[in-house]
Amino acid sequence: MALAETKLGEKVNKALGVNPQDAKLTKTYLSLAFIVLLIGGTLGLLQGLNRAGLFNLPSWFGYYQTLTAHGILMILVFTTLFMIGYFYAAISHVLGGLIPITRKLGWIAFGSAVFGTVLVAATIIAGDASVMFTFYPPMQASPWFYIGLVFLVVGIWLAAFGVFINAWNWKKKHKGEHLPLLAYFAVGAFLLLFSASILVTVEVLTLIPWAFGWTETVNVMVSRTLFWGFGHTLVNVWYFTAVSAWYVAVPKLIGGKGFSDSLTRLVVILLVILNIPGGFHHQIIDPAITEGWKFAHVFMSLSIAFPSLMTAFAMFAVFEKVGRKNGGKGLLGWFKKLPWGDVRFLAPFIAMAAFIPGGAGGIAQTNHHLNQVVHNSLWVTGHFHFTLGLTVALTFFGIVYWLVPHLSGRVLTPKMNKIGIIQTVMWTVGMIFMAGAMHWVGLLGSPRRTSYSTYGDNATALGWEPYLFFLAIGGTLLMIAVILMVYIVFHLMFKAPKGNTEFPVAETDGTKNTPKWTQNWGIVVAMLIIILAMGYVMPLTEMIFNGPPGSPGFRTW
Amino acid sequence: MKFNRAEEIWLIVGVGILVLSMVITGYQGFAKSMGPPSGMETLDPEKVDEHELFSEPGVYQVGENKYEVVMTLSAFQFTPNNIEIPVGAEVEFIMTSKDVIHGFQVAGTNLNAMVTPGYIQRISKTFDEAGEFLVLCNEYCGIGHQIMGTTITVK
Ligand SMILES: [Cu+2]
Repeated sequence: MALAETKLGEKVNKALGVNPQDAKLTKTYLSLAFIVLLIGGTLGLLQGLNRAGLFNLPSWFGYYQTLTAHGILMILVFTTLFMIGYFYAAISHVLGGLIPITRKLGWIAFGSAVFGTVLVAATIIAGDASVMFTFYPPMQASPWFYIGLVFLVVGIWLAAFGVFINAWNWKKKHKGEHLPLLAYFAVGAFLLLFSASILVTVEVLTLIPWAFGWTETVNVMVSRTLFWGFGHTLVNVWYFTAVSAWYVAVPKLIGGKGFSDSLTRLVVILLVILNIPGGFHHQIIDPAITEGWKFAHVFMSLSIAFPSLMTAFAMFAVFEKVGRKNGGKGLLGWFKKLPWGDVRFLAPFIAMAAFIPGGAGGIAQTNHHLNQVVHNSLWVTGHFHFTLGLTVALTFFGIVYWLVPHLSGRVLTPKMNKIGIIQTVMWTVGMIFMAGAMHWVGLLGSPRRTSYSTYGDNATALGWEPYLFFLAIGGTLLMIAVILMVYIVFHLMFKAPKGNTEFPVAETDGTKNTPKWTQNWGIVVAMLIIILAMGYVMPLTEMIFNGPPGSPGFRTW
Repeated sequence: MKFNRAEEIWLIVGVGILVLSMVITGYQGFAKSMGPPSGMETLDPEKVDEHELFSEPGVYQVGENKYEVVMTLSAFQFTPNNIEIPVGAEVEFIMTSKDVIHGFQVAGTNLNAMVTPGYIQRISKTFDEAGEFLVLCNEYCGIGHQIMGTTITVK
């Protein structure tokens, strides 16, 4: 029956093609996402050159302004826009078109996010918000900075509601059926993003009256803790988005079958419920949290590795089958038979491979004593450039090669494929240089978020310079790769030859073995809330009721 | 929902490694008290100068080759700075912030703590070898963050 369903779905999509209104929505999101990537990337390069002592930033746009803008544009705006654009296209495809209310929510969400981003950017450019994307109080930015963030978050919420409503509507019309896998991923990812963003919303809503001067002080540690409950999860939401393409699109692109439907859904559920309480591993050397609670959160952060281990297994199982089908023999012969020349496979494959050292580094820095060596050093910056820059961004790039032509009614030509491979290699090499240098020099003690400094020609600090030079080389390669990527996106959108490109959705073993309870989002939400409460209620209560008097705002930049 | 045999083995080994890393972290943290700095003592961040501990920051000898460094962090300095201590000294750093969040990191060691307003952080180390250590702020704290550094000289 599942097979019949997929067949039918394919027929419908072939007959009707992509809904032009839905295509327009996603193309708008993706266009802006890649313009943001270009701006954010340029700022990143300027910073890297400055950090290595090779370039002086002008006084009217200093290092910390650059860094704040780079962080917000890359980690918040680019990723959010891409995620919404991608999942809206996915939902449109697997659920038979967006329903009108969802499409409308998608546009309003876009408007809200853009307005928020403009406010945030304006306050940063004006020099009133050089507070980094973490905006830890008692550093106090202009209230309009925080208000801008609210609009960004509202955009996220509207987009999330759009997805939920569309999925709910589909379920009503398909009683007893399981939501298609890709839509299941979308609901899970937006549920996680929505839940986590409640924490940061509470934080920002306490910061706005404080920044306006209506309240005098703010609880520093509560803010910081709420922020990381969100920030930690945010990173995992992008990873989640990438994983959905690994399970659903990649197997189809290489001519294989998807992994077990039920186990994939289990991965989705685990990613949703286990994520948020990992936040304390960003606060391992903070005061105000007991060692016992920190240890409990280490446990939570490590448990996220479990679904990742499942994913690693699933991917290699899929690849092995394809490799053997293509004539690969022996223990590892299948590996050579994978379609290495196809950028739609190469990019996500490197992304997955990068998650092995990326994840291992994450596990290392999550444990207390190891964290103490590297906390707030450039090691951490290197770590998330590896995980976000390679694992997430490269998967997003890989998606572009089929999603954009699918939406624009064009095809990926062999020539564009070749440019894509060059882009992928440059990006990978650039990231290895840059993040590699960051990891190394971070171990030696070089701090993150610090403009060029020799600390008065201190010998230790001078010893870091050669590594920082590698960082700058990596950054330069990455910049070229960004320009190439932006060219590819717009070429595929407006210039590539016309034709049909399918939205790849792999066939799986179907839903006949998938337990019914996986359809029950109520259970998932309940588990999420229970685990969230277990992780946060007691420590936050301690901080609020046994905390020190609050802090007034400071403007130290 | 069925795992196949190979997947089961893979997951069991993977989880085993994670559990092992937890056990090591837990043992070092709780049994050998190598846990991370987690100061729970509080003070009024606007009255640091009036506080009994922090009214006179400085280096104090408290026992035979035992020292306390009572330190305030503020944009963009460590007080006291250019600290000198004898070889083999066991030093406890007792710190708080007078304004925004700062970091206290001694490059090349595992001395690393976030110092936030309102809380007292304590972190200890025995300096067994002579030499000069670079102390720096590793939490972005403003326009002069990159000059917020000093040294500890062990001689
Ligand atoms: Cu500082």
